[in-house]
Amino acid sequence: MTCDPWREKLDAYVDGDGSQEDLASLEAHLRTCPSCAADALGRLQMKRMTQAAGARYSPSPQFRLRIEKKIQTRRGPVWGFAWMPRLAAVAVALVLIIASAALWLRHSAREQTLAELLDLHVATMASANPVDVISTDRHTVKPWFQGKLPFTFNLPELQNSSFKLVGGRVMYFKHSPGAQLLFELRNHQLSVFILQDQPGMIPLAIGVTEAREMAFNVETWSESGLRYVVMGDASPSDIHELSELLRVAGRS
Amino acid sequence: MVDRTGDFGSFEELAMPHFAKLYNFAHWLTQDRVAAEDLVQETYMKALRGFSSFQQGTNFRAWMYKILRNTFLTTRSGLKAWASVSLDSDDGDKPTEPAASETPESVLLARVQQETIQSALESLPVKFREIVLLCDLEEMTYQEIGETLGIPIGTVMSRLSRARKAMRGLLVEKLQGASR
Repeated sequence: MTCDPWREKLDAYVDGDGSQEDLASLEAHLRTCPSCAADALGRLQMKRMTQAAGARYSPSPQFRLRIEKKIQTRRGPVWGFAWMPRLAAVAVALVLIIASAALWLRHSAREQTLAELLDLHVATMASANPVDVISTDRHTVKPWFQGKLPFTFNLPELQNSSFKLVGGRVMYFKHSPGAQLLFELRNHQLSVFILQDQPGMIPLAIGVTEAREMAFNVETWSESGLRYVVMGDASPSDIHELSELLRVAGRS
Repeated sequence: MVDRTGDFGSFEELAMPHFAKLYNFAHWLTQDRVAAEDLVQETYMKALRGFSSFQQGTNFRAWMYKILRNTFLTTRSGLKAWASVSLDSDDGDKPTEPAASETPESVLLARVQQETIQSALESLPVKFREIVLLCDLEEMTYQEIGETLGIPIGTVMSRLSRARKAMRGLLVEKLQGASR
């Protein structure tokens, strides 16, 4: 006797769906048919493995906070007793803000900004997929950002230099989108962050600044409303050379 | 309908518990972190705007997933992903078929690592990926899946069957590729 009519019901069986009547008759069949029982077991294992493998991506706490803030902003004032738990939430938020402010004061704004960007650079280095657009061609990488960023920028011609463009990705810094470009110099990898230079957003000096942060070298400057930050483990002169190439491209 | 003058704030209480899972689902659909964040953000804003029309007593989770999925389908990547799916009818198929290969499933699974399953899921057409995730990961009933995808239960069953068959085929391919 063919088992096809039973096999047709196996998915519903492992999913716990279907009528009680169908499930009961199928269970009775499984007790007498090793082939269908093995098939059912296999499907169940596959379901469990898919369940485990599917729980793969987690949102960042910053993203959750952003959504919660947006909901609260859009919702507007709510009258009645419903405000009471929200008042408690506001109080908790205030305590958190005050605690955060105290922490913030312990670090200068400049150090924190560089540290955040450095974290992004290090995280990118550690990622299996460091860039979303992979190309050594600036005419491929630059257009990829079109529509993804509220600004545009120029990339330098690298043919006669030791630098090689690896690619780029969109990143977020202080809730604003920016470009992160990855360059290679021999065995070193360098990140170039390009962000909108909004007042107060990036508390770095206006002129060209060179810095050393956790043994990484950094050069940053502001031009045409954009903030450029170049960082990596290459020497200060290499970082400066790439910065110069970017400055020249930015003015062209 | 939700009473605006009443507990309108309940949107946050209802919606935020689904946040992490919606994000995971969005990431699987878009296969990109930034795109997933954009998709989840748009979903929450749309749901908040439309919350007054949400029918209380109906399935809020399915409603949120439906908004997310419909929003995804209007994005460039969503349109592209959907357009690349085979247009074979869901309804014409038998609901289930035996495994795609001669290999017994238990033998196949014994050799499969979690990364292989993830890779197979990534390779599945989005039409199949979403239904497998809704059923196996989110543990939605066929009724809920039908509400989310806007299809009848019979279609849910046949599409799910085809999706799992495709998944098994991909796993076999990947294992054979790895053993070469």
